[in-house]
Parts: sequence; C-alpha cells; structure tokens
Amino acid sequence: MVNLKINDQNVSVPKGTTVLEAAKKMNINIPTLCNHDDLCVAGNCRVCVVEQTGARTLIAACAMPVSEGMDIHTNTLKVRNARKHIVELLLSEHRSDCTKCYKNQKCELQALANEFAFGDTIFLDLVEDHHYTIDRSSPSFIKDDSKCIRCQRCVRTCSELQYISAISVSNKGAHQKISSFSNKPMSHVVCTNCGQCVNRCPTGALVEKTYIDQVWDAIYDPDKHVVVQTAPAVRVALGEDLGYDPGERVTGKMVNALRQLGFNSVLDTDFTADLTIMEEGTELLVRLKKALVDGDKNVSLPMFTSCSPGWIKFIEHKYPEFLPNLSTCKSPQQMFGALAKTFYAKRRNIDPSKIVSVSVMPCTAKKFEADRPEMRSSGFKDVDFVLTTRELAIMIKQAGIDFRNIEVAKYDSVMGDSTGAAVIFGATGGVMEAALRTAYEIVTGHEVPFGNLNITPVRGMDGVKEATIKIAGCVDDWKFLEGAELKVAIAHGLVNANKIMKLVKAGKAPYHFVEVMACPGGCIGGGGQPIPTNMQIRKNRMAAIYSEDEHMVLRKSHENPDVIAIYKEFLENPNSHKSHELLHTHYVERENY
Amino acid sequence: MEKTGLNKVDLIFEEIDPKEVLIKASKMTSDEIIQNMLDSGLKGRGGAGFPTGLKWKYTAAEKEPEKYIVCNADEGEPGTFKDREILDRVAYKVYGGMAIAGKAIGAKNGIVYLRGEYRFLLPKLMTELESFHKMISEIGFDFKIRYCLGSGAYICGEESALFESVEGFRGEPRNKPPYPTTSGVYNKPTSINNVETLVTATMIIKHGPASYSQLGTKDSRGSKVFSISGDTPTPGIFELELGMSVQEFVNEFGDGDTKAVQVGGASGFCVPRKKFQDTIIGFEGVPTGGSMKLFNSSRSMYNVLHNYLDFFAEESCGQCTPCRVGCQQLLKGVEKVKKGEAKSIYLNELVKLADTMKIASKCGLGQSVGNAFKTIVENFREEIIY
Repeated sequence: MVNLKINDQNVSVPKGTTVLEAAKKMNINIPTLCNHDDLCVAGNCRVCVVEQTGARTLIAACAMPVSEGMDIHTNTLKVRNARKHIVELLLSEHRSDCTKCYKNQKCELQALANEFAFGDTIFLDLVEDHHYTIDRSSPSFIKDDSKCIRCQRCVRTCSELQYISAISVSNKGAHQKISSFSNKPMSHVVCTNCGQCVNRCPTGALVEKTYIDQVWDAIYDPDKHVVVQTAPAVRVALGEDLGYDPGERVTGKMVNALRQLGFNSVLDTDFTADLTIMEEGTELLVRLKKALVDGDKNVSLPMFTSCSPGWIKFIEHKYPEFLPNLSTCKSPQQMFGALAKTFYAKRRNIDPSKIVSVSVMPCTAKKFEADRPEMRSSGFKDVDFVLTTRELAIMIKQAGIDFRNIEVAKYDSVMGDSTGAAVIFGATGGVMEAALRTAYEIVTGHEVPFGNLNITPVRGMDGVKEATIKIAGCVDDWKFLEGAELKVAIAHGLVNANKIMKLVKAGKAPYHFVEVMACPGGCIGGGGQPIPTNMQIRKNRMAAIYSEDEHMVLRKSHENPDVIAIYKEFLENPNSHKSHELLHTHYVERENY
Repeated sequence: MEKTGLNKVDLIFEEIDPKEVLIKASKMTSDEIIQNMLDSGLKGRGGAGFPTGLKWKYTAAEKEPEKYIVCNADEGEPGTFKDREILDRVAYKVYGGMAIAGKAIGAKNGIVYLRGEYRFLLPKLMTELESFHKMISEIGFDFKIRYCLGSGAYICGEESALFESVEGFRGEPRNKPPYPTTSGVYNKPTSINNVETLVTATMIIKHGPASYSQLGTKDSRGSKVFSISGDTPTPGIFELELGMSVQEFVNEFGDGDTKAVQVGGASGFCVPRKKFQDTIIGFEGVPTGGSMKLFNSSRSMYNVLHNYLDFFAEESCGQCTPCRVGCQQLLKGVEKVKKGEAKSIYLNELVKLADTMKIASKCGLGQSVGNAFKTIVENFREEIIY
C-alpha cells in the first residue's frame, strides 16, 4: 500500500493506483475530459491537473501513479487558474452552437464550461481559422470536426475496443485532427458503424445520424401505416435517458409510450429473434450433418452468427475469406422488416407500399444495415428508419409523455409474441444460449442439461467465452450427433472477435458455432444506447436482461406461438424457399483501410 | 584557473584513437564508468541538463535484461547544427560513447535516431559504423548499433516521442512516469543521450573525470559546443568552456550592435543587452543546448517572436490542450496586438497563458514555449505593440 495526502487528508491505496482514482475513493472530485473508464489513460486534455507539493509543474491526476508521501492539492488557485485556461482554450477551438447542438445539456465540455469558464471569453476565436469539415457520409453517424476537442477517446475506442482504427490522429500542431485513412469519407473506410466512438465522445463531434423528423412525418401522414419494432436491449436501457437508474426494465412503459407517440402497431424484434433461432439453428444443424454424415469438405465451419451488423462489416473488411462461415440469416431487425411488408401486410390487409417500418435499436450500425441494398427482398425496403434508444427517449420527451407515471402496456399481436430466449439476444452469449436451448431440444427431444435452462458458461463479461455441450439421447433424425461434443465460442467487442478470427485463420479454432457481437457486453452496450457507458452500467443492463428472461412464461424460441403460426401459415418450415427469399441474405467483400 | 574572456576548447573534435579509450573502458566495471560520469559533473548536452551519471546509474539499476542506449540525433532546435558537425567529423566518438554507456548500464543494443534531414550523412555514417562494430568485437564488446531515421517532426526530439517514432507509432510524448530509465524504447529501460553527451563521455573516459571537471563552473562543468548564428561576423561551430557571461560571449561574437541574444533556440530564453553582463550561459543562468542567435538593432523582435510562435504552432504534436491551442492563441494574440485589433493589455493575458502552458503541458515542448515568449514580451514589449 502507498500512503499519500490529498487535500490534507491521509489515504492509503494499492501501488499503481492513479491520483485520480485515489481522490475518487475519498469522494474528492477532479474534473476529467479525455479520461474514460473503458479506455487506456491518455493524459491529453489536462483538465485534471492538480498540484503536487515540490513538483516543478502541475500533474495530470489521471496519468500519475501515486507514490509514497505524495502531497496533492486539487483545488488551489494555481490549479483553478490552469483549469480555467484549459477549458477556455478548448472552447476557443470548438464551434459552440450549444443551443442548437444535438448534445446540448449532455456535453461534457459544456458542463466544464459551466463550472470554469462562464462569463467573458478570455481567448480569441480560432474556429474561423480552422477549415473544419462535417462528414455526413455514413448513414449511422455524423463526424463534425468543428466540435472535436481532440481528446482521442474515439481513437482509443476504435483501436482498443474494436481493433479497427478507422479513425486515428493525423497532422500535428494547429492542424492536428481526428481523421480516417487518407481523409476519406467515413462511408468509404473500414468503419463498422458500431457507434462505440459516439458513445464515448464527450461533445457533439460524433453523434448518431438522427431520423426523428422522418419518423414524425410518417406518423403524421394519414396514408401511412407505421409499425415499430423494439430490440431486446432497448427495454433495459431506455430508462436511463428518462430518469431511471441503469438496469431498470421499462418494457411495458416503453410499449405504452410508443403507442402514445402514434405508431399504428407496436411490435417486438424479439419475435424475429425467436425466428432467427429457428432459421439459424436449422442452418447449423444442416451444416453439421453435411460435414459429419455426408463428409462434405466444402461446408464452412465454424458457423458465425450474423445478428450484429457491426460484426458483419468487420468480417467483410478484415476477413472476407471467411464470409461463407457467416450464417446467411438476416438479423432479427431485417427479418422483421421483410415480414412486416409481406406476412404482416397480408394478415392486416394493408398495401405494403403504405407500410413504414421503423425500428428502435441499441445500435448505430443498424442504420447502415437497413440501407444495405441486399435488404429489400420483399420488393420494399425491409426497414425504413432506424432509431437509437437515445432517439426514442428524445421523441418521448418531445411528445411530453410523463414516462414515469404512464401505465404499462403489452405489445400488439401478429409478430408481438416472444420468449425469454429472444430477450437474451441483448446480452453477449444470449444468441448462443437461445440457439442451444432450441437446437439441443430438436436433436435430443429434451431440454438442455442446465438448471432452469440457464446456460451459465456462455454468460458474463469475459471477452472470449468457450463452452462444450455433450449431445446425448438423440432422436432418430439426428442419431449421427449422438455422443458428439458441440464446441462453441462467444466474443463481444471486435477486439475479442479478432482474437477468435486469428485462431480460425490459423486453423486452430476447434469450434462449431461462434457468436460474435460487435459491442462490449453485446447489444446492451451498443453504440445507440444511453450515454455514458461503463462496465458497471453494462453489467446492470445485463442483469436486467436475464431477469426479463426469468420472468417470461415461454423461454424457448420454438415454443413461441407466433413463430409456430408463421411457419404454418406463411413460411412453411425453417430454411424453406420462402425463408431463403425473405429471411436470408449474402455478404460482400470490402477494402481493408 | 583564472577566467578572462573565452576559453576555446578542443575536446569534442579532438582526433583520438577510439580503440585505446574503449580498451580502457572495457577494463572498468560498470560502477567505475558511472562513477567517472558522476565525478565529471557532466550534464546532458541536449538542453535539459540531466546529470548523465545519474541517468546511467538509474538505468543500470533496473533488473530487466533487455536495455537500450539511444543516441538522440534528432537535432531540431532552431539554430543548432552542432550534432551534424559532430556526426560528420567524429561519429566514431559517438559510437564509442554509446558502447561505453552500454557497458555501464548493461545494454547490448544501441539506436541512433537521426534527424530525417541528415539522411545525406547516412552512407558515410554506416561505413564508419561497420568499422566500429569490427573494432569493438575485437576488443570483446557485445554491442550493436543501428540507425533509425526521423521524418522531420520537431517533437520527435522529445525522448518519449522519439521512442514512439522508433517503434513505428505517431511521434507523441508519453505520460511520465514511467521515465525512460525504467521504461523507454520498446518499454525497456533506456538511457537516451544527446550526440554531444556521448562524445563527451568518451573523452571523460580518455582524460579522466578530474581533468574534465577542471573546466567550467560548479553548476556547469566542462565545455560545450555552440552553434552560433544571426548577426555575427563569425557564424559557425565553436567549443567553449562553460561559465562565461553573455557579455563575454557578445564581445567575442557580436557585430558591435547586438541588442539581444536568443540562448537555447526557439525553446530558450531571450537575453536583452541590459542583462548581458549579469547573465551566465550555463545551468546557473540560461541553459542551452548550444543554439546562440545574435540579433542587432536592425531586427524586429516582433518578427523574431512571430517566427518562433509560428514554428511552435506547427510543431506542437497537438495532443495536449495547453500546447496545441496555447501556441495558436499566442501567435494569433501577438498578431492582433500588432495590428491594433487587440489592446496592448491583452499581452498580459497571453503572459498568463504562457505561464499555464509552462505548468500544465504534457511535455517539455509545451512547457518551454513560454520561455522565448515571456522574455521577448517582457524585454521588448514596445516592439510587439508598435
């Protein structure tokens, strides 16, 4: 342990602790900006400078490890003056159109300005000297360099968490900027649109591209029938933007709020999550049969899940030789969209050209996915507009809905039913668990051998998780799997996906089935989720997801009555011709820069 | 020793038999070499002036088996050109210093980080390195040196930015601690020394610390190579004993009309005529990496300052706020004052900003921008305003 003094109080902390962490432990607040719990220390912004007795300069609390006998003061005149200067300097480079800014009231620079830099501006405006550009090329987010304060949180996110480095630092001095490869538009580089940078940007420099106005237009258009679907992870995070603590489930209130917003039908992506399990599970079993029984050498194993559009784009850019290993299933969002304009339209007797399909997603990559040219097999765009969890919260506020006090409501019927297996799609390992619950039962005729159906080895926040399931007691059709050991792996965060891909590439991956989610923690930590994010917040959301699962009556996808009905009435059976036409897709190779 | 005027010294460029010195060093223990450096009082010749013996002692004390000697030859300070001359004329003494340092700290590898603009020297340097490697292997030194070229960024002369550059990353300073002696290039214990420091180390081994420390003063032992430029009839490279006043220096090198001397380049201090007499060139007065620029009365100190600030606004790495934005503000600020678009009193705000940059910037670059700014603004305020 190391003993030191902060603001004349003694404290003892483990070696390696930073001054910032030690102060936090004592409830002494030191302002920060470039620092983020999920990222390595940068020490760039210098907002956290504090005074160390005997030191020649101030020190950055975030980057300075404690040492024995240190005497720190966090609030001296020298410190306050320096912080004021630093915040003023940042403001002088920052286009402060705060009242119009998407991040107004949610901006960390604004909060600091409020504390340190109110009143007369000291320094000269430098915004006019910089030739800032605003990159709107991505369908998922906007990169506005005029709001950028060069804290490099986005750069660190992209390299440390996602192993992509679509954005990095270019030029130096006054010309330093956060840039893409060769300054190309974001839509033309290796960016996966995951939005993790958006989640961590302290200002309005990186924000999602919003489709709120388009959705309002559709809602108010009497000619349109607007259906909305909500992803599993939205219901455990939406509350955070509406005054609840992280981890609060607000499913029923959300459904009611959506109805009050004016959507004609409030439906659940969970329905197509269950459908995904039927399609993807079948696809896996067919691949296994081809490989094990037919001895087909061309079967691509391991099979990868395909629900996460950030992951899809990652593999398209970085490992295109493994595209055949991806499940051909569209993501639940896209399956839903395709069915909304076919099955749903038919059932409700609505002209599909009049249906506007909206989705609420924890994700920014879903905005890109909805725009993919492959995603219009019904003859219409599967999903017209994608809103993030944050955008839905804004709409609820815009409509003046008293969210805390509204009644809970239930999803509409026809594609509104779901199971616990679908809900857990929102957490890393969830797709795997849902698939195993169904596939195991199809193959053996009985439930997975885990207490209360909870397949705990695939749960949790470890970056890469592995599990082996021994298959025993197969029914006749699947006798060839008797005694086989199904090896699975799960990765979340693309840096972890890359670890698995390196194994696969080296031919050292023993797996049959791999689940990958692009974002840390899975969709609960998605790029469209409420800001801020950190490990504790993600854990709370994850706990809420599993609690939602436990509270469901049905917890296996193949037991979903709507799913059973849709195969009977419309799709015939999993991987049928019709399924392939509407619910499956293909992928494209992309450049790696 | 009585000091009158300037004592010109011939130590750095003195032709010696390197083999003899290295054989001598090979017979010394690591501790003996380090003690020699401590006794000599040698401080780093790059400008910061950290005692070389201490640096080697700290690096030697690290347990890690893999260590490095890095020669900082990224001579980028405006107004210095001594390292180029040293490498051109006595590179074998630089290599010798690296091998001696390697022996002292227990490193088997040396890296010379050469300024990109000095690439033209490389063929000759490589030939000399080849014969050097041959020579030391005969003596029994287990030490290899390789070259790494910079690409023109001033910031890469900052030690930790230099390491990043060697490793193939963007040249940006690291947070300290850890210091290079514990975690330097490739995160291994590293002693990084200036070209001239390494040559001086060779000469200390040759002549002994006692004889070396005869030169100079208590705080500034030895001699130093100066790069002299500006309004002087005799520009060039001169090796002088430390301890002279700026007045003595101007008497020798001035053109009779010197109004200011910029000591230590753009990151150094401006000494005006009225302070020539009382200012010692060295660690007790104004320290310098060797750049001495003389200005006569025909020069506008506004232009001098503007030139420096323009340089820093360009050469800041841009990662930390005080330096990146501060440099731009100082530059734009003096421009506005000069044009009458800001009140002259705004200079006081800029001086305060320079103070913040000195204490809040991440590395030595941002911390030293205020040196020239403050000394020029304080001493030549009227030239900035009118």
